[in-house]
Amino acid sequence: MIAVIAMALGVVAGVVLHPTVPPELEPYLPIAVVAAMDAVFGGLRARLEHIFDAKVFVVSFVSNVFVAAMIVFFGDQLGVGGALSTAVVVVLGIRIFGNAAAIRRQVFHA
Amino acid sequence: MPDELPPAVPVKRKTSARTAGALIGVLTALLGFAIAVQVRSNASHDTLANARDDDLAAILADQNQLAQRRRDQIDSLRRDLAQLQASGDKDGVAKAQAERETQSLNILLGTVAVSGPGVIVTITDSAAVLKAEDLLDVVEELRGAGAEAIQFGPVRVTTSTNFVDINAAVQVDGVTVRSPYVVRAIGDPKTMDTAMNIPGGVVASAHAAGGDAVVSEQDKMVIDVVRVQSAPRYASPTSK
Repeated sequence: MIAVIAMALGVVAGVVLHPTVPPELEPYLPIAVVAAMDAVFGGLRARLEHIFDAKVFVVSFVSNVFVAAMIVFFGDQLGVGGALSTAVVVVLGIRIFGNAAAIRRQVFHA
Repeated sequence: MPDELPPAVPVKRKTSARTAGALIGVLTALLGFAIAVQVRSNASHDTLANARDDDLAAILADQNQLAQRRRDQIDSLRRDLAQLQASGDKDGVAKAQAERETQSLNILLGTVAVSGPGVIVTITDSAAVLKAEDLLDVVEELRGAGAEAIQFGPVRVTTSTNFVDINAAVQVDGVTVRSPYVVRAIGDPKTMDTAMNIPGGVVASAHAAGGDAVVSEQDKMVIDVVRVQSAPRYASPTSK
């Protein structure tokens, strides 16, 4: 519940404040967002399966974002930033789909 | 979320659960904030602002290539234009030259009326002594003196003009002409006058024949007798 409200607050803050993304953060933000979404879906799934652990969630959230940013950063340094970003998005997308499928089975039993 | 935690919780566990809840809230708020920011920046900025360096380099290379192609096109079109203009000029020059040639040929063939300075030679031969060849001499002398157009009596003299003796007169191109013979010639009046009056020339021989020849120079005269030139039936030009 806290998570949903906080997220809504965050969205509202983002829309209202309308900050500009610093150029040096521009490549990392989309990947970080996707990584964080993966963590959130994982947490939601764990909660529905009654194995949710706040510590695991927080750690996985932070580490997901950090690792994703790291991959993009090193990709950019190696000159394969575009390809690696795509790879990260694909992998995280697959995980999100897997988690979404598990959530669907929990919610709808189907 | 705290209510998801195991029921039997000591006080210490409870505070850490509250901390965890707060952390989760902060993190998800950050996520929401980031999503909103990213969506906004993606929608509001043009795509180039968010593109990575190598993409930008590729786009730049593409654009450079495109510009080069366009420049090449412009160059080739410019060349075409210059070529077309040059050939147009050439056509114009050739046409003007052809027109000039047509004009001089028309004058030579006697198919157009002409005007200009010249002389009128009046030859009186009451005794009818002068022969066709004497009269042809007049024409030849005038030609030699640079006459460009000649009219003998009522006949325009051209390349094919013939003189035939008949009784006390002469037939020029089938037209009978009698004394006095009036010859009009367009050319340099001075030169033709001199040519007529040289010793042993036209005037002298007319006097010798008992007749008379008078040359009068004209600043401006007209020869408006023309002849119709029929198209050649047998001869056609060959290419060199």
